[in-house]
Amino acid sequence: MKLTLKIWRQKNSQTKGELKTYPIDGVEGDMSFLEMLDVLNEGLINKGEEPVVFDHDCREGICGSCSLQINGEPHGPDRLVTTCQLHMRMFNDGDTIVIEPFRAKAFPVIKDLVVDRSAFDRIQQAGGYISVNTSGNTIDANTIPVNKHDADESFNAATCIGCGACVAACKNASAMLFTSAKVSQFALLPQGRIEATERVLNMVAQMDKEGFGNCSNTGACEIECPKGISLENIARMNREYLSASLKG
Amino acid sequence: MAILSSSIARKVAMALSGLFLVFFLAQHFTINITSVIDPDTFNSWSHFMGHNILVQFVLQPVLIFGVVFHFIMGIILEIRNNNARQISYKSFKGHKNSTWASRNMIISGAVILAFLGLHFYDFWFPEIVHKYVESNPLDATRYYPELVHKFESPIRTGLYCLAFVLLALHLWHGFSSSFQSMGWSNKYSRGLRAFTQFYAIFIPLGFIFIALYLHFNQIH
Repeated sequence: MKLTLKIWRQKNSQTKGELKTYPIDGVEGDMSFLEMLDVLNEGLINKGEEPVVFDHDCREGICGSCSLQINGEPHGPDRLVTTCQLHMRMFNDGDTIVIEPFRAKAFPVIKDLVVDRSAFDRIQQAGGYISVNTSGNTIDANTIPVNKHDADESFNAATCIGCGACVAACKNASAMLFTSAKVSQFALLPQGRIEATERVLNMVAQMDKEGFGNCSNTGACEIECPKGISLENIARMNREYLSASLKG
Repeated sequence: MAILSSSIARKVAMALSGLFLVFFLAQHFTINITSVIDPDTFNSWSHFMGHNILVQFVLQPVLIFGVVFHFIMGIILEIRNNNARQISYKSFKGHKNSTWASRNMIISGAVILAFLGLHFYDFWFPEIVHKYVESNPLDATRYYPELVHKFESPIRTGLYCLAFVLLALHLWHGFSSSFQSMGWSNKYSRGLRAFTQFYAIFIPLGFIFIALYLHFNQIH
């Protein structure tokens, strides 16, 4: 398959970037999108050109590193997959593919297609945890009964890999789906209720501080999320936040 | 008001003011539809609304505050949202994951605001002049003829219908979205969404029907 790639090239966060065009040949349908970029980079290196920089790690849809905006959609045209799981059979011979970094003020470009997503880390650090005494008195989690529905919902929220597709897809660059998933996974469990008030207030405050936009409930984040995180989590976080605010 | 600096609190404020306006719209429609059914009822209800002290000096200022608040909060949210992505995508396929109505609330809202300007020019300002500047004597029969007279113009009728289409799009997303913003998510959510979408079609369509009825009825 012959393709034309239009890839965002940017030296660093201080310089302006631009789309550069790269023709590529010999792409097979069974290749993953990242393998296709590997082929491109191999060619660029052989020609003495600088390879395209992109994030990747596990290449099996778990780490959330491979975040690319492909033809106007985070992780490309397929659903419920990350970029590393996206196969080239989703494209046709002769296609032009536009590849850009995830765009948000809170996700500054480091180089080419790599963005700094440490804003998510700081939101997580603001309250995305539970405090457990580990000095020898730890209670086995299995001794605390949890409603099956709540356990399932919590687990579903916990599958968020923090890739940032929700921010990239949202017209407002809102991080509500990510933050709400992290709030929900604890809010639904008895272990998480103890710090629920501080957690939601602190995580939302950090989210706002990072400069993400407001949620306007378009639902784009839910559609583009590679893990299918539901909008219900945003409603739950809003409830948690209002209840926490009223408690003071 | 630290709470209003939070993104969620702003959204809840937007939702509450929007729900208030949705409620007002139903009340406005209920009165207006009587102009088609029975002009005398329309006259008496309009006279009541125009001269009741509670309506004029309590509810009307609250309504105007609600409209202004909803508009200003919408602008604040839009500015903040635009600021959150300073470099746009070269390729962005929003239509593949969301509806036009949900992505363009600011456009439908701006059209509705412009329509409100026309609506105030047509009805509210003349009413204020009639009652408080010219101090005309009470006349409970003047409302229907004034209404019919306004819809003589095909341009005005067309502009009203266009604004109602944009109102439908605004309500289609905004009404159901306001419940999500307030954290409403349970087994009744699907039913509620169906109701909000019915409302979003029914009320603007009703207003369009009234405008067209008044326009064509007088021609024949």
